[in-house]
Amino acid sequence: MRLSEIAGVLDCEVVLGAERLDAIDVRDCFAGDLMSDVLRYSHPGALLITGLTSVQSIHTADVADLTAILFVSSKTPAREIVDLARARDIPLLTTSRGMFDVCGVLYRAGLAAAAEA
Amino acid sequence: MMRAALAEPLLVERFPIRGGDYEHGGDAAAAIKSIMRQLGISPDVMRRLSIANFEAEMNLVMYADEGWIELQVFPDALRVVVSDRGPGIPDIGLAMQEGWSTATPEMRARGFGAGLGLPNMKRNSDEFDIASTVGVGTTVRYGVHLP
Repeated sequence: MRLSEIAGVLDCEVVLGAERLDAIDVRDCFAGDLMSDVLRYSHPGALLITGLTSVQSIHTADVADLTAILFVSSKTPAREIVDLARARDIPLLTTSRGMFDVCGVLYRAGLAAAAEA
Repeated sequence: MMRAALAEPLLVERFPIRGGDYEHGGDAAAAIKSIMRQLGISPDVMRRLSIANFEAEMNLVMYADEGWIELQVFPDALRVVVSDRGPGIPDIGLAMQEGWSTATPEMRARGFGAGLGLPNMKRNSDEFDIASTVGVGTTVRYGVHLP
């Protein structure tokens, strides 16, 4: 599912990387607010769904080779966080919908969980 | 050709880390990833070592007074030494168990403290060693082998 389609079904505001959304194909997602969980269980290329807007969410996506970050519940990252994401080439989206809702919508749309045991 | 176990590293880069400096927590891991990219390290190896480095860096930020992360590049391996002045770890066996954590609510609010830090570092390494003295500090050594 293209990231632009995800942005559409969730009524996302694109914070960063709008010009790239069409070219990014998302096959699986990882949702969580504990970055160690993300580092432990996520797959490279996954979409990170989180409510954590700290600098560590950007670093987590960067070191774990995640494709983009979707912030839930209208969480909006501060300017320095956006600047860091720009430097790391990580698109950022935000939606007013909550994490459970977002996961339900994307799961129903056919996306898989990017988690390994 | 001699293997590198006893050889001098080809490159050494050390990054100082300040305890409590959450704003910069991750900068060292990012800098090391940049070095690895320049060295042409494979994406899989780069990802594994970057995850270990980031966990190590956040451990220093969360628990240590101060410390450093040192990358050592060998012909057949990338090794990292992480050393801090800090509280030390009373029971390393417990700290290596997934889910065991002494994190504060503030650490958890910042997305850490899941009790996965040290296990994640070991899991993503081909070599791993930890030594700690309570009241003095902790030194962790880990590395990945290069194909």
